[in-house]
Amino acid sequence: MPERRGVLGVFAHLDDAVRAIEAARAEGFVPRAFAPTPRHELEEALGEPESGVRVFTLAGALTGTAAGTALAVWTSLNWPLIVGGKEIVAMPAYSVIMFETTILIGALVTVVGLLALARLPRLLPVTKVPPHPRLTEDRFGVFLPAGEAERERAIALLRAHGAEEVIADA
Amino acid sequence: MARVLRSIFHPDVADYGQVDRDVLRLLTPIGPGYRALLAVCAALVLAWAAAVGYQVVLAFGVTGLTNPAGWGVDITNFVFWVGIAHAGTLVSAILFLFRAPWRQSVYRLAEAMTVFAVLTAGLFPLIHIGRLWFAYWLLPLPSQRHLWPNFRSPLLWDVFAVSTYLTVSTIFFYIGLIPDIAAARDRTTVPWRKRLYRVLALGWRGSGREWKNFTRAYTYLAAFATPLVLSVHSVVSWDFAVSIVPGWHTTIFAPYFVAGAILSGVAMVITIAIPLRQIFGFQAYFTELHFDRLAKLVLLTSLIVGYAYGTEYFMAWYSGELYERSVFWDRVTGDYWWAGWSMILLNAVVPQLLWIKKVRRNLRALFLISLLINIGMWWERFVIIVPSLSHSYEPWKFLNYRWGTEFWWTIGAFGWFFLLLLLFLRVLPGVAIAELKEILPPPLRGAPAPAATTAVEEEGHARA
Repeated sequence: MPERRGVLGVFAHLDDAVRAIEAARAEGFVPRAFAPTPRHELEEALGEPESGVRVFTLAGALTGTAAGTALAVWTSLNWPLIVGGKEIVAMPAYSVIMFETTILIGALVTVVGLLALARLPRLLPVTKVPPHPRLTEDRFGVFLPAGEAERERAIALLRAHGAEEVIADA
Repeated sequence: MARVLRSIFHPDVADYGQVDRDVLRLLTPIGPGYRALLAVCAALVLAWAAAVGYQVVLAFGVTGLTNPAGWGVDITNFVFWVGIAHAGTLVSAILFLFRAPWRQSVYRLAEAMTVFAVLTAGLFPLIHIGRLWFAYWLLPLPSQRHLWPNFRSPLLWDVFAVSTYLTVSTIFFYIGLIPDIAAARDRTTVPWRKRLYRVLALGWRGSGREWKNFTRAYTYLAAFATPLVLSVHSVVSWDFAVSIVPGWHTTIFAPYFVAGAILSGVAMVITIAIPLRQIFGFQAYFTELHFDRLAKLVLLTSLIVGYAYGTEYFMAWYSGELYERSVFWDRVTGDYWWAGWSMILLNAVVPQLLWIKKVRRNLRALFLISLLINIGMWWERFVIIVPSLSHSYEPWKFLNYRWGTEFWWTIGAFGWFFLLLLLFLRVLPGVAIAELKEILPPPLRGAPAPAATTAVEEEGHARA
């Protein structure tokens, strides 16, 4: 569970927010960012490892292929009626089923991965600082997890980088 | 010097805040025209339900479905609506992977259209099986007789393809909506909306962790949706192509159907987007440039469709096959000549006007052309299905088709589709808020660094 107590700085400009994140990391904070739209600048500044969704996607897709193959092959063998001297297991025809289940289960597991890794649905607030409504509109947020001791330093850092509003948890 | 950049696609959109204000205006109360339209759609849906109920009680004799044209307009409607769906996935997933910066403002609308069109299409096979309550037989469920569906049948492939398409496009649609619902949640003051959005937004706050995983998952979903959309209409086409009916049994069907699907779907996007732009004053979002790009897509797919028509006729002639020749000759000279010619004229000839830039940017002309294509594409599906079945092999099998209750299903389907679309536009953000902000230049205190400027300009921005 990441630290939920701390200080939120609200920035009107993306470059200010990016510089605040860089400075905070240099000072030993582990900043978190909030933005109304995905920005690579923020992601690079945060320097977090690559998202793990791709593992879910690959696992889901391979499971889907296996499941589709198994379903079509097993049900055919379960009622082995030979028609026109054709093979019971007709792989060219089953490739369509295999393809569709690959996509279906791959997509479903990707969503599971997204929800698990992004911690959604979120029932508890992300931070002790109440959610700032403009962070989904046109402001960028930088949250510095900080206890009593570091609070003043965090506030000063955010102010120095041009935060138009600095909110500490109550 | 703040904000020196403007998006070339949205020069009139100044900043992020304006996007929220403009898009969420869709969700504020509007005039009685909306209610009237909703009532018309609801009435059509009721007529549809009544016709289906009548058929369920009195059985299939009340329809025009009989031998030889047993697929009638049920399957015409099914293919038509699956086709309409395709443009949405093209715009939302394929153009996403291609990083086309003009997709952002129209994609939500197109994607909603996809979901609702598949929901419409899916009802037709269910009605068409006659005994609706046995629809679950289509699924591979264990039974006491160990009977399983036949996985070699294209009809079963279709069950898998269409249900996968519905599931995946709904997921893709909803995932894309989450950040925008969160934006709506934070802006709205209406209590029921606030409650609804709070639930649907899943607690989205736009944190770095959320965005990082969201953008990756979204890309993978787009990568799944892209081959899926191409597969769905291919599988639908194989419902026809795998059977040995003259006029159906050709290898060109899969690409021909996919191109036709995108043609009809993009035309539908244009048909819906133009009135919407006028009613809600969305000129800053649906610009002439957007319609120009959409019109080029229409032109491209129309050329492919026209080429496919030509190939079909050429192959019928070149094969020397009596029955094949007879069917194709019948399409333009037989009892259904009017349907055959309207398909050729409306889908392959009329869209050629879009070579002219002035036509592409004249919204009245474009609206009219898109409407004609919608009509033409419905008739194309009809021409593929009905005349082929009514005119196959032996003359004793020739019998023309006359619709019964299917008339109401056909009309009702439009009511159902537009009912869903109208409700959607009033409940959820109809234009992608977060993605539009992505292509707007971000608010910067300093001037953009030279490297950043180049990247931004590549994304479709220009110095104002």
